[in-house]
Order: sequence, then C-alpha cells, then structure tokens
Amino acid sequence: MSITQHGHDGHDEQPHADTAGSDVVLREGEDSPERFPNPGFGPHRPRRSDVDPAANKRAERQVVALFAISILGTIGFITAYFAFPLGDSPQTLHRSNLTLGLGLAFALLGIGLAAVHWAKSLMNDHEKAEDRHAQRSSDQTRAEAVQVLKDGVEDSAIGRRGVLKGALVSSLALFPLTIALPLIGEVGEDWNVRKLKHTMWAKNKKLTIDPTGRPIKAADVTIGSVVHVIPEGLDETGAPLDEKAKAVVLLVRLDPRDIKSEQGEGWSYDGIVAFSKICTHVGCPVALYEQQTHHLLCPCHQSTFDVADGAKVVFGPAKRPLPQLPITVDDEGYLVAQSDFHEPIGPSFWERLR
Amino acid sequence: MSATTAPPSGKAARTADYLDQRTGIGTAVKEFARKIFPDHWSFLLGEIALYSFVTLLISGVFLTMFFVPSMAEVHYDGPWPTMHGVEMSEAFASTLRLSFEVRGGLLMRQIHHWAALIFMAAIVTHMMRVFFTGAFRKPRELNWVVGFVLLILGLAAGFSGYSLPDDVLSGNGLRITDGVIKAIPIVGSYLSYFVFGGEFPGHDIIPRLFTVHILLVPGLILALIALHLFFVVLHKHTQYPGSGRTNANVVGYPLFPIYVAKAGGYFFVVFGVIALMGATLSINPVWNYGPYDPSPVSAGAQPDWYMLFLEGSLRLMPGQTEYVLFGPDGYTLSLNVLIPAVVVPGVLFTLLALYPFVESFATGDKREHHVLDRPRNRPFRTAFGVSLLTAFFILVLAGSNDIIATHFHLSINDITWVFRFLFFLGPWAAFVITKRICLALQRKDRELVLHGHETGQIVRFASGEYIEVHKPLDAHERWLRVQHDPTRPIEIEPAEDSRGVRRKGYRTDRMRQRLSQLFYEDRVEPVTPAELEASHSHGEHDALGSDQEKAPAQLLGESAPTGGGTRLRPEDETGHGTRNR
Repeated sequence: MSITQHGHDGHDEQPHADTAGSDVVLREGEDSPERFPNPGFGPHRPRRSDVDPAANKRAERQVVALFAISILGTIGFITAYFAFPLGDSPQTLHRSNLTLGLGLAFALLGIGLAAVHWAKSLMNDHEKAEDRHAQRSSDQTRAEAVQVLKDGVEDSAIGRRGVLKGALVSSLALFPLTIALPLIGEVGEDWNVRKLKHTMWAKNKKLTIDPTGRPIKAADVTIGSVVHVIPEGLDETGAPLDEKAKAVVLLVRLDPRDIKSEQGEGWSYDGIVAFSKICTHVGCPVALYEQQTHHLLCPCHQSTFDVADGAKVVFGPAKRPLPQLPITVDDEGYLVAQSDFHEPIGPSFWERLR
Repeated sequence: MSATTAPPSGKAARTADYLDQRTGIGTAVKEFARKIFPDHWSFLLGEIALYSFVTLLISGVFLTMFFVPSMAEVHYDGPWPTMHGVEMSEAFASTLRLSFEVRGGLLMRQIHHWAALIFMAAIVTHMMRVFFTGAFRKPRELNWVVGFVLLILGLAAGFSGYSLPDDVLSGNGLRITDGVIKAIPIVGSYLSYFVFGGEFPGHDIIPRLFTVHILLVPGLILALIALHLFFVVLHKHTQYPGSGRTNANVVGYPLFPIYVAKAGGYFFVVFGVIALMGATLSINPVWNYGPYDPSPVSAGAQPDWYMLFLEGSLRLMPGQTEYVLFGPDGYTLSLNVLIPAVVVPGVLFTLLALYPFVESFATGDKREHHVLDRPRNRPFRTAFGVSLLTAFFILVLAGSNDIIATHFHLSINDITWVFRFLFFLGPWAAFVITKRICLALQRKDRELVLHGHETGQIVRFASGEYIEVHKPLDAHERWLRVQHDPTRPIEIEPAEDSRGVRRKGYRTDRMRQRLSQLFYEDRVEPVTPAELEASHSHGEHDALGSDQEKAPAQLLGESAPTGGGTRLRPEDETGHGTRNR
C-alpha cells in the first residue's frame, strides 16, 4: 500500500471509517454492525511510464517537444507581428489576427500541455493523505477570546459612557452624507423627470427623413411604404441623441380604406399615419413592418402592433399602443406635425399620467 | 531573532535566508508547499473561472491602453471603408481604432469577449458541481455565499463591459435596461436619471460604465476571489467518496510539485484555448452594427448568453399586466416588466443563494461534511437543482425564440405560447423525473451490492433449475455504494407534553418536520451489513427467488467466480477489481 496515512484527531464523525482492510461478511451468530467499514485505500496502479523505461523516456521527449512548440509559437507570433501589417483591407486584417492568435495559442498551449503531461506521466503519482481538523476553536480558546474582548471594552470604558457611545455612532453615521449629498445632487443632472413627457415635436414642425433630414412631401409617399422620420432641426438642438431617442417616428402609408381606427380624429393625412417608434414595453425601436398584415413588430421582445388599428397591441409583452403623432400637410405639401404627442412616449413609468 | 549559526551556501539558500530572516517565510512554506488537494476533473471548473478571469485582466489592461470612454461625437476617418464620415462617439471610434489600427488589438478584444463568456459559463458550471455534490454544506455555507456574490458580480462585469463599445446592439441593450429601471414603482424615473445622468442616453453612461467595469467590479471580484480561495485553504478541499477517503482526512496530491505543474499548466491551457478562439472565431463585430443611434435596430440580435434568461423572461410575459392605480390619471404599475425583469430573476437567485441554509434547516444536520454526495443519494436536492436549471434554460431558449422561429420556420407566437406553458410545466416535470431517476439509481446500487454483477454464466442444477452466477462486488466497489449516511425525515417532540401542556416552539419544529419530509420522505437507504448477510443466507434471496437446497459452488470449477444467488465465501476483496469513483 502506497499511502502515507496519519492518525486522525478524534473528531471523526464516521465511526467505522478508516478500519482499513477489514471485511464485512459476517459469520452466523455475529452481530452485524450498522454500517460497512471503510475498506481503506485500494492498490496503487502503476502507469506505463512507471514500469516501462522506454515509455518513461518517450513521455519525457513529449514534454520537451511541447515546450519546443511553445517556443516556436512565440517566434511565430513575433514573426507575424513584423511580417503582416494590418493594412486597409479585411483580408490583411484577418491575416494579421489569425497569425498572431495562432502564435499566441501555440505559445500558451505548448507550456500548458507540457506541464500537465509532465505532472501526469512523470511526477510521483502516489496519493497522500492529510488530516482534517474541526473548524471550531476549542472551548478554552473561545473563553480566552471573549476575555480579550471584555478586557478591551473595559480598557475603553465605553460601557459606562452612554453619551460618548451615542456621539461616536452619530458622527460615524452622519459623515457619509458629505460624500453622498453632492453625488446624489449632481449625478442625475437636473433631476427634472418631467422632460420624459415631452418631445421636440410641435405644431408645424416638418417630418424629415432619418438620417438625411430631408422634408417629406405627402405625394412622394407611396401606399405600403415605410419612412423612418425625425423632426426638422434635430441636429441644432443641445442634445440631439436625447431628443432623437424620444422623437423618432415611423410613418406608414396605408390604403385609407384599410384604416380601422385612429387614436384621434383627423390625426392622419390621406392614409399616412405616424407612430412613435419607441416601444411602449421597454423602449426598443419598433422597426419591422409587415406590409400585408399592417403589423409592426419590435425585434427585441416581439411586441406586435396593428398600424391599421391605432397601433393596438396584438401580441407580446407591451400593453399600450404606440402613441400616434397627429400630422397634416403645410401649404407646400410637406408633412408636418399638428402638435407634440398627446401622451408620453416609450416605456411606462410611475408618474407618466400625472 | 538572530542570524543562523552557519551561513548558508548557494544562491537559492542565500535568497531564502534573506527572505526568511525578514518575513519568516519558512513557516508558510513548510505549512503550504506540500498541502494535499484531491484530484477530480470536476474540480477544474472553478479553476477555469479563475484562469479566464486572469485572462480577462491581462487582455483588459491591454484594451484600456487604447479605448476612450467618451460619448463626444466625432466623424470617423479611419481605414474601415463602410464607416467613412459616419458620426459616432469617441468610444465607438476608439473601439474601431484598437481593432483596425493596433496590431494584436482585435485579437485582444476577441480574447477579452470570449474569456468573459467562458468566465460566466465556468462560474455557472462550477456552481452546479458544488450544488449537486453538496459541497456547500457546513462548514462551507459562507463560501457558497461568496461564490454566489461572485456570480452576480460576473453578470455586472459582463453587462457593463458589453455596453462600452457604444454600438447599436449594446445601445439598445442599455435602452432596455432604461425601460426596466423606469418600470420600478415611485423612484423609477429618478433611478433612470441617476444611472444615465439625465435623460437617456445622455453623455455620462459610457464613462460611468467604464469606471464600474474596470475599477469597481473587478476590484470587488479580486477581493472576493481572494476570500473564496482563502476559505478553500482553510476548510481544505472536499473529496469524492472512495476507499480510504473519510470525513477526517483529505486524500490527493501535494501542491508542490503536482498542482504547481497541473494547475499552473492548466492556466496556460485555458488562456491558450481562449487565444485560439480569439484567433479563429469572430465575436461582436461592432463595425458591422454601426455606432449607437436611437432609431435603428437589427432583427435577430442576441445578448451575451448569460443575459439571455432575462431577455427570455421579458419576452414571455403577457402585456395585460400593466395597471393604472388610483383612478384614470393615477400611477402606472408595469407588472409586465417588473415580474419578468425583477421578480423572476429575484426568485431564482434567492432560491440559489439560500439553498444551503434551507437544506440545513430541513435536515437539522450540524456536522461538518467534507466527503461529497453522489447526486443520486440526495434525490430532492438533485431534482430541485435540475428543476431550477430547467426554468433557467427555458428562459434562455425563450430569449432566442426569434432565432428558433427563423431557423425552424415556426410561428414566433406559437413558440412563445409553448414556452409560457413550459416555464411552469418544465421545472415540475424535471423535478419528478430527476427524483425518480435518482431513486432508481439508488435501487440499482442496492441491487448491485446485494447481488453482485451478472456474469452471463448460466448454471444448471441437478434438479433442472437454472440460475445465473453473480459475481459479488469487492470491498472497494461496494464501499462507493454504501458509504453514505441514510437520510431520514427528522422526528420532533409531540405538541403537548405528558401533562397536556402545549410545548413552546412546536410550530417551528412542525414546519421543519414538514420541510424535512418534503426532502427525505421518498428515499432508498444504503445496504447495511445485516441486509447483505441476510441476502446471502439460505432461502432469503429475492433476486432469484430460489430456495435450492445446495449452493451451486461445487458445480463450478475452481476458477469460476463464486457468488450470485447464493454466495458462499468472500473473495479476496481488497486484492483486485476496479475502484470506481
């Protein structure tokens, strides 16, 4: 038996453990123990490299070869770094990435596999045993620890001085305010959450094409087509992305006879309807339009809205229809907004109706 | 302390002497250099997590040299043709630059992203190993909690890093996050302003996520990894049951040299495999997606795998559950977002974090456990774990329902409905089936211990009866199948004592007993020596149902294995045979 087994320390919880080697089949008339005893360690099975010197030598050569592969990998990496510039085309970029990566991979895998192979085939593989000890400290240690703490409390005299204790706790509890106050005060910009309820759409603001900003003539929109729309003058605003995140609109021209309902009387123009593009679920842009069914699908969570029926939800996790932007045309025939949206766009929030 | 009597000779000895005189390092070396660790492939899962984290640190430091965490708008003028003149944030532009204009930059980016996916996968599988083998039991409950917090921090690290390039995919991910935050009652809008520095997207989120991603979260992860490993050393590693392995010892190989070579080498293997992936498998090609813009979105987009369950949860929830409270102009309560994004993951994670404490309450077991359970021997726990995983994976699949729909040409609405039902039925079915499988495997163990292996040898008796000869298990094979403690529901004191007075604390005890019954009512106990003895003795053998007068041993040749229906004498049981673990 090849195991070094030390005695153990008496907190063993398996009473029959470690009675190595004994067998359990009982002769008649003997009392059965309740549990089988642990049979102790099994025999050690030698590896090929333990018994065959040639196999041992071969394993050593394999380990050396693996280290050599690692060295070649590093040399390959350095060569690739100088030999293959990144260039301007996807092909040269790909070549650089592939050769550098393979060099690095070989450099690493060579070392790793060599070390593991060495450990598994050449290093001593006899298992050893160590004792465990209970985590708990002894009663005496515990008593001493408690005494040490008591001595400390006694030395500090805190037990008899309630006001001092209160002052300590209060000052410690209050001082984090010095860091928290400016942080909380400044971190949310102006904290004006009413901005969530309005967009930059307003009376007579032109609907323009995203991203060029070209105004849209009603006559140019064919039936069945979809236009991604931003308000005119978006880029001149202070925070274009913030405004765009609220104001993007999807414009669809339907056959006027297909329109079953709208969110407001006269909000469409000759079959052209405009809805907020921001999903009322959690705010993804609703971008997939199915011409045949007039369904708008949000690709994030598959909320489906019926454009012909006031953008009502027909499937998915959204509850509310996409808000409709009331539109009309100006004197030159360009599409313009009648007003801002009549309700907050995008995902619901606690005070959206207040 | 004074200098040693004889001055040490040799360079190594002199260095050691120098260090030891100043640090007493000799004590630590003596204590730890030959520390024993048990060996098993499943113990490598945690190592993969550790090494992929080191890989993340190495590649991450490289990336910070070139990445600019800024949302200032610039016009692209780099070498990538499709992006010429496109307006984008500096974060996106610098991501393109470090991919296309820094040699090895793209490789490091891909290594970093693959390593993150592997880090999370390794954490989850390591946690599964710990769960199913009961390695979380006393004294390791606290380390389970440390590991659980590491899981959450891993999610935070992954999420914050994923969003940094400021591409259109991750930007929409942030927008979803914003939608979820806004759904939180009362403070939602303010929390959204808190996170984004005003309205979405604002100009602050990328720099803020950058600090979270490269300082806060990795700092916490490093500290908790240190604590996690400190606990491993303090408790000594658990070991699988096997011959010679007891609760009072740890059997394995010494740290030096075996694990220095094996674990050290394994780091290079993990890093090497990730490097190979970075070299050959493209990941997150943001230059195909373009910079973030609130308007476009791509169909079939998937978050990183560890976020899929949240995505799936959001997709499955029906929308009807959004309510307006206190009148028509009242406050909006978006349960259609809160339930899938907060309640469902909250319940799953709370169950996971608290399980060790629930189990120890149910078992009333206050002992230390260092020998691992075979999952079959704890049917309730195993079934519960599989059930939790089933719920998780159904949500993961639901997060890919659009991909499933397009690949298999199915209706997305049908798939969603199927998953809605599966989310409730799947975990329940998985629980029942797993529990039955565990009990059946335990019965098979009993059967093997009692009756041995089938040998395929058929023996005919003089009476004309046939039996098959069974070869008994040797002591090592048997030990694996009988070593575990039988688990029984706890018994409690009656509600009233002998004089009819109601006992205090009875209700807690009763609850505990109910829980314990849930855990251990259905059980198969390990074979006891008495049962084995009984099965060998005359006339009580059930497997063959035979009551033959004479055992068949004399009918067999000298070399034939004895045993089977009626086993006569034990073989040399420690001498041969396989030890299976």
